Amino acid sequence: MDTSKNIAPILRIKDLKKSFGDNHVLNGFTLELFEGENLVLMGKSGSGKSVMIRCLVGLMQPDEGTLEIMGKDISKLAQKEFNELRTQLGFLFQGSALYDSMTVRENLEFPMRQQNKTEEESLKLVHEALDSVGLRDAIDLMPEELSGGMKRRIAMARAIILKPKIIIYDEPTTGLDPITAKEIIQLMRNIQLNYKTSSLIITHDVDCARVISNRMILLINGINYAEGTFEELSANKDEKIQAFFK
Amino acid sequence: MTTAQIGNNLKSFFTEIGELSFFAGRFFKEVFTRPFEFKELLRQCYNMGNRSLFLVGITGFILGLVFTLQSRPTLMEFGAQSWMPSMVSISIIREIGPVIIALICAGKISSGIGAELGSMRVTEQIDAMEVSGTNPFKYLVVTRIMAATLMIPLLIIFGDAIALFGSALVENLKGDVSFQLYFNKVFDAIEFSDILPATVKSFFFGFAIGLVGSFKGYNCTKGTVGVGEASNSAVVYTSMLLFIIDFIAVFVTDIFFEL
Repeated sequence: MDTSKNIAPILRIKDLKKSFGDNHVLNGFTLELFEGENLVLMGKSGSGKSVMIRCLVGLMQPDEGTLEIMGKDISKLAQKEFNELRTQLGFLFQGSALYDSMTVRENLEFPMRQQNKTEEESLKLVHEALDSVGLRDAIDLMPEELSGGMKRRIAMARAIILKPKIIIYDEPTTGLDPITAKEIIQLMRNIQLNYKTSSLIITHDVDCARVISNRMILLINGINYAEGTFEELSANKDEKIQAFFK
Repeated sequence: MTTAQIGNNLKSFFTEIGELSFFAGRFFKEVFTRPFEFKELLRQCYNMGNRSLFLVGITGFILGLVFTLQSRPTLMEFGAQSWMPSMVSISIIREIGPVIIALICAGKISSGIGAELGSMRVTEQIDAMEVSGTNPFKYLVVTRIMAATLMIPLLIIFGDAIALFGSALVENLKGDVSFQLYFNKVFDAIEFSDILPATVKSFFFGFAIGLVGSFKGYNCTKGTVGVGEASNSAVVYTSMLLFIIDFIAVFVTDIFFEL
């Protein structure tokens, strides 16, 4: 993976700061994600990972710092422009966040609401996304009828339905049994190959990081503590770094 | 309770009133802008209207029945039982029907909205909508407030009709008054000034039910405990607001129609 500095990153976070009262969650966090890259971000609970991604997708306003998606500073975009840019982002929520009152098909069609697609075009994309996660037969099921692993896969199908350039995975394997977790990791790899996406993966799962990452960032106290490949970081003797790999 | 506690409670009360007003302002801003969510509006109308019919029907029927049964002895004492249809109809249409049915709907619809949106908030479903580029306020909140505003008046009219039927049934069984005679007397007694203010205020009741339920649910925090709180406080706040609206409605009606 070429991450040399002459290639413009597809996603850039610079000096991101966010505090809640006296609790300084992010203290100048910086990140660059390059095209086709799988970047894993690891950090303990409360280290600011979720706050960072909430700022990135516009669910929270940072106190300071810049956030650029595909070269556009999101703080300078009008809501409509930002919503259009958001279609280039796929987001897999930790708890899948499927819409309870909708069928799988309606869940997948939801992000296409502003796209002016015909019913046939929408259905074709739904079938394509469901095929990618191997759950075409679940099209008419309600979320309550799905297992945890199936929900995660449907949420992945929803994240890729608009063929985004970047996919953000928030703890994709948390709460799953080891076999299902391996299937999800394999699915993430397949999606990256088939859809040519760049991925930002927030995880605690060392196996997931080992298999999927091209590069990793370790986040401690809201700031980049270390950066490198899985092999480089896992071989590092620093106690704080080793704590992530135990 | 210390002065500081009273001060804090007052401060949080007025903060909440301010936030609710801001929320209502956002509704009025979004309701007139495209895209319009007609399909979701119809679905919410069906959910709120059709699924409340049985409850409203039963409530209205018992209301008319009990009201007539309780009033009969007193009216008979004065030999005024022939006033029963006009007294019951005016009371139900002007005041009791709208308020009781709106309170029942506050318990069913407002708490339902609070719980549903609260649950969507804590399970990140609202965030997922926002991330996908959809405006969740327009899709979830505007449609629910609109549906409640449109459906509550219809439910109140339906409930009033059932209440009058319940009353007529008692008069028919206990007083040998035919249904035709009963309803002739009802229509003789009811005037435009009885129906219009009651109908107008029922739209405000509907708006309050949708607004408070949506406000509590949409701004829900603190996980599953918060969902319960959102649902519960939606009913309490809506009920209080209904009485305030009713008071203002009676006051305004008095100015225009001289009650």
